[in-house]
Amino acid sequence: MTAAPGEQPPLRCHIVTGKGGTGKTTVAAALALSLAADGRHVLLVETEGRQGIAQLFDTPPLPYEERRVAVARGGGEVKALAIDVEAAFLEYLEMFYSLKRAGRALRKMGAVDFATAIAPGLRDVLLTGKIKEAVTRRREGRFVYDAVVVDAPPTGRITRFLNVTGEVAGLARSGPIKTQSDGVMAVLRSSATAVHLVTLLEDMPVQETADAIADLTAAGLPVGSVIVNMATEPLLPAASLSRTTEGRLTGADLLPALTAAGVHGAAEVADGLAAEAVEHAQRWVAQDALRGDVEALGRPVVELPLSSSPIDLGCLFELADRLEDHLQTGVAA
Amino acid sequence: MTAPRRHALAPALDLAALVADRDTRIIVCCGSGGVGKTTTSAALALAAAEAGRQVVVLTIDPARRLAQSLGLVELDNEPRVVETPGAPGELSAMMLDMKRTFDDVVSAHSTPERAEQIFANPFYQALSSSFAGTQEYMAMEKLGQLRASERWDLVIVDTPPSRSALDFLDAPNRMSRFLDGTMIRLLTAPARAGGRAGVRLVGAGFMLFSRIISKVLGGQLLNDISAFVSALDTMFGGFRERATATYELLRQPGTSFVVVAAPEPDALREASYFVDRLSSEGMPLAGLVINRTHPPATTALSATRAEAAAEAVAETGGKGAKLVAGALRVHAERMTVATREQRLADRFTSAHPEVRVRTVPAAAGDVHDLDGLRVMGEALLAHEDDTGTGTPRSRVLPARAQAV
Repeated sequence: MTAAPGEQPPLRCHIVTGKGGTGKTTVAAALALSLAADGRHVLLVETEGRQGIAQLFDTPPLPYEERRVAVARGGGEVKALAIDVEAAFLEYLEMFYSLKRAGRALRKMGAVDFATAIAPGLRDVLLTGKIKEAVTRRREGRFVYDAVVVDAPPTGRITRFLNVTGEVAGLARSGPIKTQSDGVMAVLRSSATAVHLVTLLEDMPVQETADAIADLTAAGLPVGSVIVNMATEPLLPAASLSRTTEGRLTGADLLPALTAAGVHGAAEVADGLAAEAVEHAQRWVAQDALRGDVEALGRPVVELPLSSSPIDLGCLFELADRLEDHLQTGVAA
Repeated sequence: MTAPRRHALAPALDLAALVADRDTRIIVCCGSGGVGKTTTSAALALAAAEAGRQVVVLTIDPARRLAQSLGLVELDNEPRVVETPGAPGELSAMMLDMKRTFDDVVSAHSTPERAEQIFANPFYQALSSSFAGTQEYMAMEKLGQLRASERWDLVIVDTPPSRSALDFLDAPNRMSRFLDGTMIRLLTAPARAGGRAGVRLVGAGFMLFSRIISKVLGGQLLNDISAFVSALDTMFGGFRERATATYELLRQPGTSFVVVAAPEPDALREASYFVDRLSSEGMPLAGLVINRTHPPATTALSATRAEAAAEAVAETGGKGAKLVAGALRVHAERMTVATREQRLADRFTSAHPEVRVRTVPAAAGDVHDLDGLRVMGEALLAHEDDTGTGTPRSRVLPARAQAV
C-alpha cells in the first residue's frame, strides 16, 4: 500500500487533544472504537501515563505492551498501549545501537531518567517516535494498524509535543536525535495525520481550541475536526427558553399544573423548580451562543452528547456511533 | 437485608476564618488541571482584600479575560495593584514568567559578564523555558520572594497546570537535585578537568552512560552543558539550598493548602493522593474545595417522582404543560447529577474523614471579571448553613435526602 508519487497518503493517525477536563481520553477511546468497526484494527495510545484508558475499558493497568481492550463490529478490534518513556528509550537504544543489556544497567543507575530530563525534548521525541513506529509498522506488506488514535497531551502543550524538530533543534543540531525527529515530523505533517480538538461549549475551552488551531497551523501540523463534548439538549420547550432565560418564570406559573398532576408538596417545590429551570435555560443559551464561535473556527464539527451516567463501555459505543457518522459524512478533509 | 451504611459527615471548611486569620500568611491552591484552581485563588484573594488583608495572588496561567480583569496585561513579572473600590485591604496580582524569574535568580548570583554568558548558552535557554519542572521550581522561587517581602501579609499561590498535583511539591526538588547533582558534574568532568581522573573513579558503567549520552544527544549538547556548568559553578549548592528553604516554608505554621477538585472521579482521586502526601510531609491542609457542583434548589422531590410527575403533566396537557413537564425533567436531571456528585464526595470523605469540605456551585457562565470573582468568593466564604435550601455548604445534597 505504498502511495504513488504525488498521491496523498490516507488519514490513519488521529491525535486527540483538548483542554484539561474536556474528556479527551473518552473521545479518543470512542474514536478508536468507531474506526475499528467493520473488522479494522486500531491502536489506542496513551502518552501521559495516567492509565485513563485502562479505567475507561475497566481493565487492569496497561503495561508497555499492545493489549486488546475491546472488539468492534465485524471482527474489528482496539488494542491499547500506554507508552512508558523509560521503556521506549531502552527500545530506542536497542533499535539503533543494539544496546539492550546496557540499557538495563542504565536503568539501574537512574540514567534514563537523567537523559530524558537533561534534554527536555527527548521525552517527546521518544513518545512521538513510538507513535510514528506504530503508524508505519507493516507486516507482509500491509499496515499492521488501519488507524492509530493518540490520547495526546492537553491543548496547552500539544504543539510543542508534536513539533519535535523545533523542540530539539536548539539542543541537537545533528546526530541521531535530529534524524529521528525529522522522520517523525514527516509523518506528523503529512495528510496521514490529523489533530482533533475536543472542547466544551464554555468560554475557556473554546478560546484554547482557537489558540491551539492557530499554533498548530503555524507549525505546519494538520488540524482535523473540532469535537464538542458533553453537549446538552434543552429540556424546556424552545418557545419558552428566552422568557425563562430572562428569569420571568416563577413558582406561581408552575403551581397549577403541578397541583393538577397531584405532585406531593407542590407549593413547597414550585419556586425551586422555577429557579432550576431558569438556570438550565441560562446555561443552555450561554452554551448555544458559543456554537457560533466553534463554527467560526472553520473546521468540521461534531457534537457528542453529555452522558448522565458515568462513562462505561456501552456509553463509549454510543459515542463511537456518533463519531462514525461524522467520519463518513464530512471529515474526509 | 443489610442496614444502609452510614457515611461519616464531612466537617465543614471555614475559609472565611482562614483568610481573616492574621496568622495565615500563605495559601496554596492545588489540584489537577481544569478544576478551577486559578479562579479559586483569585476569588479567595479578592475576598481576603475585602476582609482587610494586604494580599498578593500569584497566578500561573490565567485565562485571558480573567487576566485582563485583574489588570494582568503587562508581563513584567511583578505584582500590580488591582482596583477594588471599597475594599479595606489591598489586592495585588501577578502572573509568573518562569524564564524571567530564572534569569533574575542567575543575575542575583553572578557577575553581569558571567550572567550574559549563561543567558547565551543554548542549554540554559532550553532549561529555563522548557525543562519539565522549571515552572514549578520558579513558582516556588517567586513564592519565597513574595513571602519575604514585607509588602504583603498574605500570599495566595495558584499552582502550575500539571498532570499531577504532586508535581508542584516534587518538581523543585527534582530540579535542584539535577542542577546540584553529581551526575551532571561527572558527565562534564572530562571536559572540565581535561582528563579522565574523575571518570575512572565511577567505573565502566558510567563510561558507558557517558558514551551513550553523547551518542544519543550529540557531542555538541555535552559541550553546551559543560560550558553551562562551569559558568554556573558559583551557583551550585545555591539551587538546592533555595529549593529546600522554600519547601520548608510550606511546612511552617501560617501556611495552608487548599485542595481544589471537580466533582469527578479523576479529580477527586488526584485530590486524595495529594491529601495523603500533605499529611505524610507534615504540611498543613485547610481542606477540600469541590468546585462546580450542582445542588438542586429544592430537594423535597426525588428524581423518580419528578420524572413520574413530568409524565403525568404531559398526559394531562393544557396550556403550559410542556414548560411544566420540562421544568420537572430539569429537576429530575439535577437530582441525578447531585446524587452522583454527593456519592463521589462521600467516597472521598470515607477515605479522609478528617478533611474539611466546602462545595462551590457551578456558575451559569465562566468567571471572567471582578464581579464574577466576588460571587465565587461569597460562595467560598459564606456561612455553612445560609444556602436557604436546607443543604449545608459542605454538601451537594442534605444528608437525609440521600436515600438510595
